[in-house]
Amino acid sequence: MINTKTKTVDLKKLSSNLRRDILMMITNVNSGHAGGSLSELEILITLYQSILNIDPLNPDKKDRDRFILSKGHASPGLYAVLSNKGFFPRSDLGGFRKLGSHLQGHTHIGTPGVEMSGGSLGQGLSFGVGIALAENIDKLGYKTFVLLGDGECEEGQIWEAAMSASHYNLSKLTAIVDRNKIQNDRFTDEVSSLEPLDRKWTSFGWSVIKCNGHNYRSLASSFAKAQLETRKPTVIIADTVKGKGISFMENNPGFHGKAPSLDQLIQALHELNFSKASVLKASKEMDLSEALLSKLSTNY
Amino acid sequence: MESIATREAFGKALLELGHQNKDIVVVGGDLNVSTFAHLFGNEFPDRFFDFGPAEQNLMSVAAGLASCGKIAIATTFAVFGTGRPFDQIRMQIAQPHANVKIVCSHAGLTVGEDGSSAQSIEDIGLMNTLPGFNVIVPCDGPEAAQAIKTAIETYGPFYIRTSRASTPIIHDNNFEFKLGEAEVLHEGSDATIIACGIMVASALEARENLLKSEINCSVINLSSLNPLDNETILRQAKITGAFVTAEEHFIRGGLNSIISQLVTANHPIPIESIALTKYGESGESSELLEKYNLTAKSIENAVEKVIKRKP
Repeated sequence: MINTKTKTVDLKKLSSNLRRDILMMITNVNSGHAGGSLSELEILITLYQSILNIDPLNPDKKDRDRFILSKGHASPGLYAVLSNKGFFPRSDLGGFRKLGSHLQGHTHIGTPGVEMSGGSLGQGLSFGVGIALAENIDKLGYKTFVLLGDGECEEGQIWEAAMSASHYNLSKLTAIVDRNKIQNDRFTDEVSSLEPLDRKWTSFGWSVIKCNGHNYRSLASSFAKAQLETRKPTVIIADTVKGKGISFMENNPGFHGKAPSLDQLIQALHELNFSKASVLKASKEMDLSEALLSKLSTNY
Repeated sequence: MESIATREAFGKALLELGHQNKDIVVVGGDLNVSTFAHLFGNEFPDRFFDFGPAEQNLMSVAAGLASCGKIAIATTFAVFGTGRPFDQIRMQIAQPHANVKIVCSHAGLTVGEDGSSAQSIEDIGLMNTLPGFNVIVPCDGPEAAQAIKTAIETYGPFYIRTSRASTPIIHDNNFEFKLGEAEVLHEGSDATIIACGIMVASALEARENLLKSEINCSVINLSSLNPLDNETILRQAKITGAFVTAEEHFIRGGLNSIISQLVTANHPIPIESIALTKYGESGESSELLEKYNLTAKSIENAVEKVIKRKP
């Protein structure tokens, strides 16, 4: 549980630091998915700081809780969190999307801490059903969490999985929908109406919790509530903002899969209140390109 | 000659293997009596999961189970288990080299009366395009039983194709399937017939008939399409100098394509093909095989033709 004031302040600092890392690693290679990485960030931080039973030094231990990033394009958010947690060195982040790096454009099991190869949408919840069924056989007590995009819920397979999860009473399975209301091209409701999303999940036999996906208290209490459920799977519909935390990215469909320019990165880092020294320090720690480092030295 | 459908031999073998290995889990898609997966399901209900006709979910769930150390056997009909969930198989099974064994029955034209929508004639092509995927087409009951045993003992993804119709039993009880080995059933000198699945029995029949005309053919049962036994196939190319391929599959992407690619690059010789050149239709299996030229007689004609093409 996250309930002390000091801890909340630390988490706010952490989310700010990780927003910086996400934007810098994307700008470093001029490609990657910023918007969804920023909208999912507090969900990931909550899971990795206070919910998941995991050990970065023993990432394959059999009774570990499983986190599945079904929206595999939002990999920068997960990589920033995994690195911060100690699954791999911070200096690996500069390799994101580069030849020879384990940090693939879309999540791949070659990265320590990544449970599923993703990228093609709609498949992660079924994968989570398989993990939860294995737990039913082995009785190791672990829990399974699957993060879905809201646009991803337009995939038919999500509902095949939803049906089977409730059929098998998979109460140790929790899905989280990053309800940021924007997909690749446009706003979700302009593409294919998802609402009433809560009633869709309820009718598929799931327990539904709605929360503020950027508020740590709201997230923590939602996960706590989900863990009390013993009869059926739970979905947490997390109300989020695409591009959260950066003024010109928020609610902007243009930043689903587009990297910020150097000027935009600089503006974003100023908005996050980072000093030049801290930006250059982060750039070196993440082993970003000399070109980006020199541009930031000159222009920040 | 005794006969059994490869799907039935698979189901019986899987039941036996289920007793020996507790890591085996089976997922099915509402066709479990037809695929004979129900034999396992009835005996081990805690390790058997039915998802209805939701094949995308089926394959991804199998991948999830495999990620937890299970040996996941995914079963349905060939037409539903390859084309529809191809994306799931590609990203969640092939790319991470997951320990999932896809065993699909009712492949090819011999589904019969259900017609062209049910007749999977593209599945070998689809699965063979996936890097690192083992693709096996057993020709009889003993081979189907051995193939699933080998698949379970060998880490990584497999596609095993079985049939609805009964096929003659060619192998005895001492037969041992070897992954990646072409089985030379007869050594000849004039041409080599390379067949898989139900066409192996027809190839053997064709050889017997051709001997009467003093044409002596090698016959290869090429059940292991990937990995491929390049060495044995190329040795045959050098010995007989002419191939006839025979498969219950579309001419592109299957056995003929696989052999042609290997031979063209290494030791070019004339090749004739017995395969489907278009979609099928409803009818009895035997009528369909006759109409679409998947018979011993067609193979014999192709052998005579390919021998004339030899330089």
